Amino acid sequence: MMTATHTATSYSLPDQRGHYGPYGGVFVAETLMRPLAELRTAYEHYLQDSAFLAELDADLQHYVGRPSPLYLAERLSRHAGGAKIYLKREDLVHTGAHKINNTVGQALLARRLGKRRIIAETGAGQHGVATATVAARLGLECVVYMGSEDIKRQTINVYRMRLLGAEVVPVESGSKTLKDALNEALRDWVTHVDDTFYVIGTVAGPHPYPAMVRDFQAVIGREVREQILAVEHRLPDAVVACVGGGSNAMGLFYPFINDPHVAMFGVEAAGEGIDTGRHAAPLCHGRVGVLHGQRSYLMEDEHGQISETHSISAGLDYPGVGPEHAWLKDTGRAAYTAVTDKQALEGFYALTRQEGILPALESSHAVIYAVELARDMGPDRVVVVNLSGRGDKDVHTVAALEGIEI
Amino acid sequence: MSNLHDMFQRLGAAGRSALIPYLAGGDPHPEATVDLMRTLVDAGADAVELGIPFSDPMADGPVIQRASERALAHGITINNVLAMVKRFRHHYADVPVVLMGYLNPIEVTGYRQFATRAADAGVDGLITVDMPPEEGDELREQLVQAGIDPIFLLAPNTQDVRIQRICQAARGFVYYVSLRGVTGATHLDVAEVQSRIAAIKAQTDLPVGVGFGIDGPEVAAQVSRFADAVIVGTAVVRRIEEHSRDVPQARHSLTRFVASLRAALDGVAPRLKATP
Repeated sequence: MMTATHTATSYSLPDQRGHYGPYGGVFVAETLMRPLAELRTAYEHYLQDSAFLAELDADLQHYVGRPSPLYLAERLSRHAGGAKIYLKREDLVHTGAHKINNTVGQALLARRLGKRRIIAETGAGQHGVATATVAARLGLECVVYMGSEDIKRQTINVYRMRLLGAEVVPVESGSKTLKDALNEALRDWVTHVDDTFYVIGTVAGPHPYPAMVRDFQAVIGREVREQILAVEHRLPDAVVACVGGGSNAMGLFYPFINDPHVAMFGVEAAGEGIDTGRHAAPLCHGRVGVLHGQRSYLMEDEHGQISETHSISAGLDYPGVGPEHAWLKDTGRAAYTAVTDKQALEGFYALTRQEGILPALESSHAVIYAVELARDMGPDRVVVVNLSGRGDKDVHTVAALEGIEI
Repeated sequence: MSNLHDMFQRLGAAGRSALIPYLAGGDPHPEATVDLMRTLVDAGADAVELGIPFSDPMADGPVIQRASERALAHGITINNVLAMVKRFRHHYADVPVVLMGYLNPIEVTGYRQFATRAADAGVDGLITVDMPPEEGDELREQLVQAGIDPIFLLAPNTQDVRIQRICQAARGFVYYVSLRGVTGATHLDVAEVQSRIAAIKAQTDLPVGVGFGIDGPEVAAQVSRFADAVIVGTAVVRRIEEHSRDVPQARHSLTRFVASLRAALDGVAPRLKATP
């Protein structure tokens, strides 16, 4: 059930050069063109290679803990007062978030390519932890770049990475958050390009990363499809996921792209409110531009300088978004919306109190939007929301907002 | 033909390499840039490479990152940088000016708008660090139409078939990035660079400039034995940074440094080569 090839019938993006309509592409310094070409060749080869896929499937099952459950949240559904809400429980996989689906895959590729050192960027620390985890398991050297601001607000994940043997390098440039960590990881890669594999954590960056990360994450949507057919004997009316860079959303959406009756909703971070300018919602309120190797929607000023973003969740605090989301937005295949920090917290509390599940603040954005969506739908309708990660890492943040020091 | 073409013709005939220092537009403050550019030329630079500051300079090391941040703190925009070039042109009509930057600010300006305004300001060439030729057809076309040379980068790991494609897309010169790394790195292997330049020259008649990692007169002289242009960025910007609160002092320091580079290049025997 978990082979990594997808049988899309009509949708076949990206094209050979990594474009999704006008989006995507390869916008990098010349030194990275060759490793990206090599990566593309390897990725295209191994995603058709039965031995590789068997190893990946075995790792996903026995190490990651897949398939993750699809759980009918009955009390939350009653709380919403409309459609049935199902949760895809990515919070229950190893390391507590969907990020590991991708790092397991990329680490196996790194090993096939003979790279002994892997690097990553991280915002909330979930991707960093997921990368450090697979590095420990495969005995690879691991360096994780993290903005010094993020290091301050995610101390537990920083310590987890160090326990796992990774070197966590604080990034002091620019806004000292995820975008700057990505810059620094690119600088590392350009310097150590011969022996280093860069594990990008989201469906962004130069081709083939957006497609490759999507393909590794698509296991989420494939499982949902199978699981919902088994219990509801039909496909969902809507699927909902939060969007920072967009990997958990793309993983959920992709296997439903050719099912026009499945509505797809991506939920960005409106931060303190769109009107305040302090948000992280490039799809809803950004402009098209080029950053980190790709063309997509961006948060930028009128002169093309990248804006600082804000979200209560470090994992959504990023000025860019994967190019495939930009394309799905323009074509209308997916709809994108944004919810504020305050609304996300409502989602956090609702799920915690109604279902006994602490969601990550990132996922809480999707939860609250799913509740609102379900409210306007009949009881015979089905909404699936991707619970992309668990909220243990955010307990400090929530407590601080309540004025409690832990 | 652009000023770059004329410069390389002239220097090539004399068997000389061009000395091209880099500075970031608006660093340490907007009023200083034109004076600093003039200082570089007066001290012996053949052309000036002027950086367009960007919030996320992924190919730059910490020194040039900080220069960008200093400039952006003054709210420097592309239009400001073009205005600097225009003012520089009042003093030097035909010293080539090459802009170096990242694609996004140019994309926001609009390719045609940018090319037209840059040509009007007197810009001769543009290096867009994060735009390989594969993604660059549209911008390239606008630049060429406006009479600006699109300059592309070659790296140590660029394969032969790409070298050919890049050289076909480039005008003015091609810029060989001399090491795997960001600007300001210091592990330049001159012998390796020399053999790569020979391989590139086997595929193109365009002049080949070498940059990244050239930090002083000694390396500059070595590189000038086989490169058509020697590009010095971080070492220049570092001197501006050291005196960022005292521009006259920065100009003294740059004068001494660039003169030392000039003397080093002039001390190398002229290369015998066919003029293009």
